[in-house]
Amino acid sequence: MNWLTDYVKPKLDFFGKKELPENLWVKDPDSGEMVFHKDLEANQYVVPSSGYHMAIRAKERLKHFFDDGEYEVFAQPQVASDPLKFRDERRYTDKLKENRSKTGVEDTIHAGLGKVNGQFVTACVQDFKFMGGSLGMAAGEAIIASMEEAVRRKTPYVMFAASGGARMQEGILSLMQLPRTTVAVQILREAGLPYIVVLTNPTTGGVSASYAMLGDVHIAEPGALIGFAGPRVIEQTIREKLPEGFQRAEYLKEHGMVDMVVPRTQLKETISNLLTLLMHLPKADSAQEPEPTVEQIVDDVIEAGSQDGQNDADGVQADGEDKITKVTTVSASGGGFAVASSADPAAN
Amino acid sequence: MQSYLDFEKQIADLEGKVRELRSVGDSADGDAEKVNIDEDVARIQAKADQALSDLYEKLNPWQKSQVARHPDRPHFKDFVAGLIDDFQPLAGDRAFADDHAIQTGIGRFQGRSVAIIGHEKGNDTQSRLHHNFGMARPEGYRKAVRIMEMAERFNLPVITLVDTAGAYPGIGAEERGQAEAIARSTEACLNLGVPLISIIIGEGGSGGAIAIAAASRVFMLEHSIYSVISPEGAASILWRDPTRAQEAATSMRITAQDLQQLGIIDGIIAEPVGGAHRNHQAVFDATRDVLAKALDDLAKKSSDELRHERREKFLAIGRNL
Repeated sequence: MNWLTDYVKPKLDFFGKKELPENLWVKDPDSGEMVFHKDLEANQYVVPSSGYHMAIRAKERLKHFFDDGEYEVFAQPQVASDPLKFRDERRYTDKLKENRSKTGVEDTIHAGLGKVNGQFVTACVQDFKFMGGSLGMAAGEAIIASMEEAVRRKTPYVMFAASGGARMQEGILSLMQLPRTTVAVQILREAGLPYIVVLTNPTTGGVSASYAMLGDVHIAEPGALIGFAGPRVIEQTIREKLPEGFQRAEYLKEHGMVDMVVPRTQLKETISNLLTLLMHLPKADSAQEPEPTVEQIVDDVIEAGSQDGQNDADGVQADGEDKITKVTTVSASGGGFAVASSADPAAN
Repeated sequence: MQSYLDFEKQIADLEGKVRELRSVGDSADGDAEKVNIDEDVARIQAKADQALSDLYEKLNPWQKSQVARHPDRPHFKDFVAGLIDDFQPLAGDRAFADDHAIQTGIGRFQGRSVAIIGHEKGNDTQSRLHHNFGMARPEGYRKAVRIMEMAERFNLPVITLVDTAGAYPGIGAEERGQAEAIARSTEACLNLGVPLISIIIGEGGSGGAIAIAAASRVFMLEHSIYSVISPEGAASILWRDPTRAQEAATSMRITAQDLQQLGIIDGIIAEPVGGAHRNHQAVFDATRDVLAKALDDLAKKSSDELRHERREKFLAIGRNL
């Protein structure tokens, strides 16, 4: 037994701990401007003056994404460690250990369930700090488990992708995460749950060639590098300099691969709007007003349902199944609200 | 003319000697001299055969990579000629272009209609350029999706032959959504309501391979390789030194034997002694048997069963290591 197997993740993260020391100035890699780290942190690591999007840790991202920064953290599923006995300059197991102590996380996926403007959402973030967000068995299993959990809990699913691609130290088992995660996306889709992908800097290789490009809606963060082959590989292959802005978020939008480019600070509202629209829910109240009571939510949904009824009459949507989905969604949120006092939506 | 790989030098020398002696024998005068030469030929030939058999019994991963890429190895078009009757090639993704790196069509396998999709590398300079060395662009994967969907409409089993170093890393390919095309093609494989059988005939290179290999049954030829990245690519990323490909090939476990042990593939198709390139017909015969059996097994299953089993099969990969 070691600290890894002994370690039990707390159900809720409170983020009381500061990762950076006080009084630290951070350099904007783009403009060279020095930014006070607290300003940066408050602005989700987007440089306020230039709008440059710096890397953000997975937990930080979910803290900003979920209401009040509260959410239930999913445990990392256990997987075989180093099944190939991969030999590099160092052993892969040592590299994993080193990355775990350096980053404070077990692997690249951080997933959880919380509320976004009052609506329950399952979200998954790839932490680029952990071995470049590379996709191995641990990440694949965590993505599959979280998507399955979203299906069980009937919540939409948001994936914040960030990865250099497959984890080479796991060889073919890493490649197998492409079809495996794709199966999970199919399960999510068949359950009628929205799947939103946020492509962040960078999303390349096997990750872009699987779950990150299979969303119902694709959102990219400004300036994010997104593509299949990395720029270095392409340059080596074609032996010429790549054009300015090639494989950047805005370029992807121009070429029809993403629906929109949205600054990080507006992601929550954009996603909330998309999800309520896709799930026939009333517009979410984004302001941090008192939370609606269960009765209010139910009333709102009944109202939405009756509007749908009109649609039925018009022949626009005559789908009974659709209503069932809606009702179960309500019961899921209702359950969540009911147990909110125990601060544990998992009780659902 | 047989072309030899670096590590086959001993065999090249022996077989060269055999050829030399034969030509001497052909021009020899007396019968006695001929007999002597024939004996020598037989002796050296036996030695060469033994050396070849010993060598191929324990090829290392890097040697296998070279065999898998051997210029005389049977390619997509050879397999189609050897296994499929009335083959009708089909072309184009109906959106942008016809990608020559991925070939598709329909034909008869032992009398039953099937759809065939596979990478073609080409076998001389001109055809290699035409087929872009088997490195497909998004159009290729979109064509594959189109053919899979058509196969499902007409209840045709799909056979895919995988032989690529990887999807093409180029500006145009990226512009047109290489990643998305691969993702959709993998998804189409996993959604398919007809039997899908994949055979790695040479190189199974990364996303470019899995895009058409997320199959009900996956087989590899004995000396083929299948990996997340080419050994050269891995070496250049891990150590910034592509010359260490040999090490990368060993570390990554890329051989058919390794992959069977890891539970990634369903079976290995035997190659003749000295590799598939020495006897195409033997490879086709072995492949035909494996294909026929797999198609028979899968023929009884419903669309839902096929889909369900394929998904479960992939979800199970790696869970029992």
